[in-house]
Amino acid sequence: MKARTFWRHIVESLKSIKRNGWMTIAAVSAVAVTLLLVGSFIAILMNVNKLASDVEEDVSVRVYVDLAAEEEDQEALQESLEELDEVETVVYSSRDDELTQVIGSYGDEFGLFDGDDNPLYDVFIVNTAAPEVTSEVAGQAEELSYVADVNYGGATADRLFEVMATVRNVGAIIIIALIFTAVFLIANTIRITIFSRSTEIEIMKLVGATNWFIRWPFLIEGALIGFIGALIPVSIISYVYLSGFDTLMTYLSGTYFALLPPNPFLYQIVALLLTIGIVIGSVGSSLSIRKFLKV
Amino acid sequence: MIEMTNVYKKYPNGITAINGLDVKIDQGEFVYVVGPSGAGKSTFIKMIYREEVPTQGNVKVGEFDLVKLKAKKVPYLRRHVGVVYQDFKLLPRLTVSENVAYAMQVVGKNPKAIQKRVLEVLDLVGLKHKVRMFPNELSGGEQQRVAIARAIANMPRVLIADEPTGNLDPETAWGIMDLLEEINNHGTTIIMATHNSDIVNRVRHRVLAVENGRIARDQEGGEYGYEG
Repeated sequence: MKARTFWRHIVESLKSIKRNGWMTIAAVSAVAVTLLLVGSFIAILMNVNKLASDVEEDVSVRVYVDLAAEEEDQEALQESLEELDEVETVVYSSRDDELTQVIGSYGDEFGLFDGDDNPLYDVFIVNTAAPEVTSEVAGQAEELSYVADVNYGGATADRLFEVMATVRNVGAIIIIALIFTAVFLIANTIRITIFSRSTEIEIMKLVGATNWFIRWPFLIEGALIGFIGALIPVSIISYVYLSGFDTLMTYLSGTYFALLPPNPFLYQIVALLLTIGIVIGSVGSSLSIRKFLKV
Repeated sequence: MIEMTNVYKKYPNGITAINGLDVKIDQGEFVYVVGPSGAGKSTFIKMIYREEVPTQGNVKVGEFDLVKLKAKKVPYLRRHVGVVYQDFKLLPRLTVSENVAYAMQVVGKNPKAIQKRVLEVLDLVGLKHKVRMFPNELSGGEQQRVAIARAIANMPRVLIADEPTGNLDPETAWGIMDLLEEINNHGTTIIMATHNSDIVNRVRHRVLAVENGRIARDQEGGEYGYEG
């Protein structure tokens, strides 16, 4: 294509956007509303997912060491724990460390148990590679010698994992459904704007315009509508996320939990929404125009 | 030169619009196409610019073989065949000069040449002073003049006019007729389908009467021949 012709297509699409006034506004609004929904859901679900992972990361297996274990036995136990598949880290916490933690959490009265009166066990805190294998690792640890008991939150943790898996799946389905709705809505709106110009296309064909010559301005127009429509949700989501992030993070400080930081997460959402807008706009318009080109 | 040999056109709904038609039109001729409604006039006209393709037979326009012509190449034929309609078919969103310029942009002419030629043809049709107006701001006759200006902008060898005066009052119709005559004098073949007996009888040219999908009469300088 000649540069002059391409330039003409761009000018033509801009003119058409201006002259179609209300239709342009309708199409841009359709893009804006659906992408706002898609964007908000992605932002919320990705953060729920992140919080869920934070919770899951926090689940670890506590292996209590039998009081009869000598120092070599403990070392042997630590080695065999580390050799288990799926085990990432093994941290040793002596009974004294454990008591200090209890005193820290529940109060100085527990200081009475200091020294030889300490009723607690030495503990290996085992972190697994993936949260789902926690119970499996706990079972394997139970089989080892010099293990008094194993604790990983049992049923509570299992239930948590189930809920999190459901949240993830439902979230993914909602996002996919929303993107489909967006595609349908936008393509449909553009189809209406093109339909109102079917005579125009017919005349273009009759004066000897090739199909691509007719298609280009519509394609560019669709992409521009998608882009402009995406800018609105992008700015709303950016503003809300940036201010919401600061507010929520002050509440979450001091916990294991954290939201996804705006850099890079917000940039990814922005890029995704702009891409969806442009792609849907141009694909939607070229699909809609196909029918009218068969004159 | 336009040549149709043994042409049949049967529509999917079973109607046979053209039923064994033969005709030859030389470059530079002025031809009236007359005949009752539903006799195949429109189909005959549409086959010249390949809006319709015959089910049987051959249609040749210049070096184009319209039966073998691929859909992708149709735009290039249309650039040699200008068409003017009863309902003008102007682009309502474009100004007069943009409407005319459009047909030339399609061919990829450079903007300076387009601007020059647009003024030239609008001068020819007598609308040089209304270049910036939109079609709905013009009278019917003026709109038809713009349509003609658009049709001849690319200097086509053939100009097809399908009832060009059908929507116009008699006086305006004569103005359009004078314009077509002038274009014909420059060497463009003119094929004009019409119901206007007045024009056919007063400005004598070759008359093709289409009846029952055939050429019923082919007469140089003939009369309209139907009840007006």
